This record gives sequence, structure tokens and C-alpha cells, in this order.
Amino acid sequence: MMCASAVDPVRHGRVPPYSVLVAGLAILVVILMGASLAIGYAPLDLVQAFRDVLKGEKTLATLVLTELRLPRALLGCFVGLSLGISGAAMQGLLRNPLAEPGIIGVSGAAAFGAVTVFYFGLAGALSLALPLGGIAGAAAATFLLYGLSGRGAGTMTLILAGVAINSFAGALTSLALNLSPNPYAVTEIVFWLLGSLADRSLPYVWLILPLMIIGWGLLLVSGPALDGLTLGEDTAKSLGFDLGRLRLQLIAGTALAVGSAVAVTGAIAFVGLVVPHLLRPLVAHRPGRLLLVSGLGGAALTLAADITVRLLPIRPELKLGVVTAIIGAPFLFGLIYRLREEEA
Amino acid sequence: MEIEAQGIAIRFGPVALLEGVDLAMRGGEMVGLIGPNGSGKTTLLRVLANLRAPEAGRVHYAGRTAAEIGTRELSRQIAYLAQGGAVHWPMRVETLVALGRLPHRRPFQGHDAADRHAIERAMTAADVAYLRTRTMGQISGGERLRVLLARALAVDARVLLADEPIAALDPLHQLQVMELLRMIASEGRGVIVVLHDLALATRFCDRLILLARGGILVEGAPAHVLTDAHVAEAYGVEVVRGERDGVPFLLPWKPSAQSEGDVP
Repeated sequence: MMCASAVDPVRHGRVPPYSVLVAGLAILVVILMGASLAIGYAPLDLVQAFRDVLKGEKTLATLVLTELRLPRALLGCFVGLSLGISGAAMQGLLRNPLAEPGIIGVSGAAAFGAVTVFYFGLAGALSLALPLGGIAGAAAATFLLYGLSGRGAGTMTLILAGVAINSFAGALTSLALNLSPNPYAVTEIVFWLLGSLADRSLPYVWLILPLMIIGWGLLLVSGPALDGLTLGEDTAKSLGFDLGRLRLQLIAGTALAVGSAVAVTGAIAFVGLVVPHLLRPLVAHRPGRLLLVSGLGGAALTLAADITVRLLPIRPELKLGVVTAIIGAPFLFGLIYRLREEEA
Repeated sequence: MEIEAQGIAIRFGPVALLEGVDLAMRGGEMVGLIGPNGSGKTTLLRVLANLRAPEAGRVHYAGRTAAEIGTRELSRQIAYLAQGGAVHWPMRVETLVALGRLPHRRPFQGHDAADRHAIERAMTAADVAYLRTRTMGQISGGERLRVLLARALAVDARVLLADEPIAALDPLHQLQVMELLRMIASEGRGVIVVLHDLALATRFCDRLILLARGGILVEGAPAHVLTDAHVAEAYGVEVVRGERDGVPFLLPWKPSAQSEGDVP
């Protein structure tokens, strides 16, 4: 399937140099992280707060910074980075602009893992129980996916296995809601599932960061193979790429990056779908170069959406996953419309 | 021998497509793989390119198996041009041709002078240099096939395996591509090309391998392979023959008497 954005700079010879694009997006992410630290419900002198942190003083300002703002900004960056890179990797692997990280089922399974923790009332007993449950769910889904699709399986088998795991995890999540002991637990689970960066602490960040770094590494080194896949599986193989190994690498990378993201924040929809598609023309449609660019774009979009949530005069605060879905769904309508036009 | 295959069997479950196929190709030789639809040309070419394992038999590349050579090294020695020309993202022509240098890539390094030279040479040879800044969505079907051929040439491999590279080209570009393949062979490289055009196969190939009825029906010089009897047996057609500038040619003319009523 060949799909180009309606405004495609490649067609007009206006593709920015890759290094400039990466540097520009990285600066944007840093600015948005600064904004994410600065913007909140309580007034905060950011410079003073940083000084106090460096001096080791425990003040209200340092508390707000380290317990509320910093985890939120770091998670926005890391989760967005994970969703962006994984989305680009999945679209490259499946050669389909409508693919997204959740397609292999790890997001749904991570959510179910976390819901199980809620269901058994462990979330309050142990602070890291929730992300650990999510990670366990993602890990179980990954092994199940390997078992179902195997090393020699083709792309179609991989997609079907992902759909099956997603459906099963969704059904089990619904079952947990159905059997929930009380309405408060249901509310707690549903709100968590909507996806949010609020009220997550720094230990959550340190728990998932190593997993995410391994995931990012596995995904980023797959760039040349994804470039080769542009010409189809046979040609990619003839160019020296082991596609069985590539699939395993991308599944493991996505499971680590996105599974751990969902384990902490719940499902944040559409970032992994929209960002690679928007940025693809800026890298001249090269799947390998899209990985890092899309990661940075994902981080920027997630941070921007999370800042928007705080600026909107709606209380209680809208969930981030709701906002990204509200932004993302109309984009998907537009994408479908363009695809229809191209197919006509 | 650049490529030597012995006892190749290709089966899909209980259905045997090919059995006991032996073939060899020297460097500097252009071999045409011909035969009717479904005779196993593409599958055999994929086996020769190490993209599919045969159910029986072995393929050697300059005396060594693919396992002995290693995937990476083999990808530098064998260039494969797939049938149909799928391109999944509308890349620029120049970027797409440069994918042919992926087997030569070094981690975290861009293209060096040798890469750039190979890319330019391939684009010039396939006559696509003037398209370099266009995207794959902005060029015609014929131009697209030539760009993909340039991608295969950019590998700078000792052997080129091309599956129907002229299927969608106009007569001028068909001739140009066949002349280009001939030129590649004259540089000492081996070329195996799957063809349906018997006239061009006769004119440009050193040797033809005619696949039919589950194996090699006949192989050798074009005049030896494309006799009336062999063409009728393999394709079920009669041909008309002619000669121009001392070069014989043939055209499929009508279904042969023995094939009438057959559904191929």
C-alpha cells in the first residue's frame, strides 16, 4: 500500500536535513518538559524549587517538583517516546500506515495485568504492585505471542495473534469489571484504564525506565531492516535481513517500551498511530529514519496533550487518554478519507 | 560455477511443483528461465536466491553453500529483483536505489564514495538518473520497474537474479533492459532472468532453461530449446519464425493442434 500525506514536502523537495529535524524535535521536547514542570495547579517558583532540591532541602516547592511535576514530565516524555518509536516500528514492519503499537496485544494485556492488581486490592498494599502487574501482563502477552506466531510465522499470523490476545485481554478486563466486588473498585479501574500521567511517583519512573531503554534500543537498531522491507519481504531477505529475527526483535522492543508505559499510565490512544504518520513525509518516507523522529514527536505530543489537560478549565481533570483519543480519532477519519480518495 | 543447483525438489504439501532439477550458471553468462505460468520459474528463482529452502537438493554459490557463506556475505554476492515491484512507501527514487547498498552497510555510518559511485552507476545504467528527486508515486509503471532494476544493480553483486524485469515495459524499454542485462553479463557477472517473451529470450540469452511438466523439459542454446516441438509441448502454441540481421526470432502464433480443448 502506498500512502502519502496530502501535504507531502518530499514531493516539493522540502525535506529538512535529518539532523536538523532531530535537533529541532529534541529542543521542542526539552521546551515542553520545561513547560510541563512549570505549569500546574499550585504556583511554583521553578528556579527556587530546583535550588532547594540541589541543596537537599525539603520544602513544599521541592515536594511539588519531585513528587508531582517531575514524574509527570518524565513520564510524558518517556511514554510518548515509547509510543512514537513503537508506532513507527509497527507501521514499518507491517508496511501499513494504520498500524499502531497496540496491534500486537501487549497494551491490552498490560492493562489487564494492572486491572488484576486493582481487582485483588493489591494496589494500595504495595506501591509498585500496579506497574509490576502491568509489566507481568505485557510479558505474558509477549510469550503468548511468540508461542502463537513462532519464529517462522508471517506478518498476517502476527497480526491475527495480536488481535486474538487483544480480544482475550479485553474480555478478561471486562470480566474483572463484571465481577468487581464494589462500585468504587469499578470506578477506580475504569478511571485508570482511561490513561493519565497524573499522580504517578518517581519510583514508577525508575521502575520502567530500564525496560523502556532496552525496548528503545531494540527498536532503533531495526532501522536498516525496516528500510529494506519497503521493497517487500523477499527483497528485504535478499538484502541480508533475517525477518524472523526482526519480528522477534520488534515484538520484544514494543512489549518492553509500550508494555511498561501502559503498566504505569494506562492506555494512551492514537499517539503511536498519528505521530509516525504525520512525520513520515519529513523523513522522505524512510521507515528507519522515522523511528527516532517519531519517538521525539510522540514525546512532544504527549507532553503537549498533558499540559493542555492541566490548562483546560475542566475539573476533575480530563484523562490524557481521553484527550489524545479526541484529537486522534478525527485525524483517523481524515486518514481514511485520504486512503479512500487514493484508492478511487 | 557461480551457481550450481543439484536435485532441487519443490513441493507444496503433497503437490510436487518441480522434481530433480539440476542447473548451473557460469560468470559472464546470461541464462533465461522460461516456461508456462505455474511451471515453477519464480519459485525456482527464489530457491536460487536462498529465499526459500527446497524440499530436496542443494544450491552452491561458487562451490559453497549459503550456510557456509553467511547471509550477509551472500546478500552482497546475489542481487534479487522480485516480480511485480512492490514499493510500500513513496520514497524518492534516489533513496530507493540506495537501498541496494544495505548489504554493504556499516553500523552508524552513511554512504561512502564506493556506495555513491555504485548508486550513480546503477541509476545511469537503468536510465533513471533524471528521476532521482521524484517519488515512487510520481513515476510511471515502466519507470518504476527500471528504478527497481537500478536498486538491484546498486548491490554490485556477482550474480543478478531477475524475475520478469520487462513484464510491464514498452518495447523500447524492454530492449534497453535486455541490452543492459546483456552488458552486465559481458562484465563477467552471471544473470538469470525469468522471461515470458520468447523472441527476446532467443535474442539476448546465451542459454535457456525451459521448465514444464514438473522439471526441466530442455535446456541449452536458444535454437536447441525453442524448437517447434518443445514450444508446443511446454506452451501449447505454434510459432512463426523469421530472421533479421542473421538473428533468428520467433513469435507465438496460435494454439497448437494438440493443445486445443486443453485448459492450461
